[in-house]
Amino acid sequence: MSVPANLRYTKTHEWVRVEGDTAVVGITDHAQKELTDIVYVEPPPVGDNVEAGKECAVVESVKAASDIYAPVSGEVIEANTSLGNKPELVNQDPYGQGWLFKVKMSDPLQVEELLRPDEYANLTGE
Amino acid sequence: MTASASLRQTPLHALHVAAGAKMVPFGGWEMPVYYSSIIEEHHAVRHHAGLFDISHMGEFIVAGPAAEATLNRLLTNDLRRLALGQAQYTLLCNERGGIIDDLIIYRLEPDRFLLIVNASNIAADLAWIQRHIPVENQSDQTAAVALQGPEAAKLLGIDLPHFHIGRFRLFGLECRVARTGYTGEDGFEILCSNADAARLWSELLARGAKPCGLGARDTLRLEMCYPLHGHDITETTTPLEAGLGRFVALDKGEFVGRDVLLAQKQKGVSRRLVAFKMVEKSPPPRQHYRLLANGRAIGEVTSGAPSPSLGIGIGMGYVESGMAAAGTTIEVDIRGKPFAAVIETKPLWKKTT
Repeated sequence: MSVPANLRYTKTHEWVRVEGDTAVVGITDHAQKELTDIVYVEPPPVGDNVEAGKECAVVESVKAASDIYAPVSGEVIEANTSLGNKPELVNQDPYGQGWLFKVKMSDPLQVEELLRPDEYANLTGE
Repeated sequence: MTASASLRQTPLHALHVAAGAKMVPFGGWEMPVYYSSIIEEHHAVRHHAGLFDISHMGEFIVAGPAAEATLNRLLTNDLRRLALGQAQYTLLCNERGGIIDDLIIYRLEPDRFLLIVNASNIAADLAWIQRHIPVENQSDQTAAVALQGPEAAKLLGIDLPHFHIGRFRLFGLECRVARTGYTGEDGFEILCSNADAARLWSELLARGAKPCGLGARDTLRLEMCYPLHGHDITETTTPLEAGLGRFVALDKGEFVGRDVLLAQKQKGVSRRLVAFKMVEKSPPPRQHYRLLANGRAIGEVTSGAPSPSLGIGIGMGYVESGMAAAGTTIEVDIRGKPFAAVIETKPLWKKTT
């Protein structure tokens, strides 16, 4: 399973890509494989403030609804609207077209607390 | 339950793991929930042929001159109507008319019956039935697979009418084959010894059946509105509330639960198990979500899922009888937001559509 080197990760299987003071957030390849068949994504409303470690979105597979936890704190500035009609993009391209939402970080240093790729790979046993 | 050490494994467990199946606890067993995709496995059964491991289910033999009369006092359907080699869906009820289990009973010989029961209810069923008649519990020695789908008959190549059972030699293996299932498709449930299970499984896969997990089994049965015990039917719900009255022979004479069920039949039930479909794209309905009518709580979802065949969320749940008519618009409370749904006739998925 893929764990790109340019991302940071959470123990709850979200990934973060830093673009300036913006964090792009998604779920990992490991997470999408565990969930399979993603049929619905409920991102946080744009304009909402999310708090690191708190649930802020829901990804639904055939079997269950899974909470997504904000990796960093800040304001939601964009949600991936393509997922409304094509939630399966999360399965097909979890690190690319399957991104979930973007956060304007209130404390960019929080990124340093996230897992490095090797740490995340160890966590998932890969 | 977290320790997988306490979970039982079927004779096909190693094959599931080797095939990359995701294994989950179910009814005290560690079972495959899917191999690659619930949706793909679901469609394989609707359009081709899928193969399920159902070895976790229980198999009881009840035999002897008292078998028919005794079982007919324990089960709701009329066993006297069951011809040799035939299968019958029936319910095991307590004195309050609550459902201890739902099962299929087969008449193997004039006074010899096979009961196939839910895995999670094996102990409870055994305890209940054994109070009245000895039961030979063959569950631990019996493996079972379900071959389901429009191509199942061609793939298996045996001659057996629907809802019948017989002995067949398949791939050199002694099997008992029933033309029954839990998917709404044509298909077979095949029993064999534990030792023969891996061979039977592999031969059927080699002939083109797709291995399918419990995830697809659940979406398939939900589209057909087949109840799942422990969810849609329980010891505190009755067959009449669940819309299973046609499997209750109130006219057959005394049986356990009859008084309560007869009274319900005469007075009417206060709640009914209905099937519903979401009106628009929404998060899928799930068990325990509240059902509302104009914001007022009228019941609760007992099973819910995105329907792969219908492409929209579906579910079943109990609602007040006055709100149970097909065509009634209700709402499902999903994370605090109401989403419109409409009550539909069962089954939700109709083969001809």
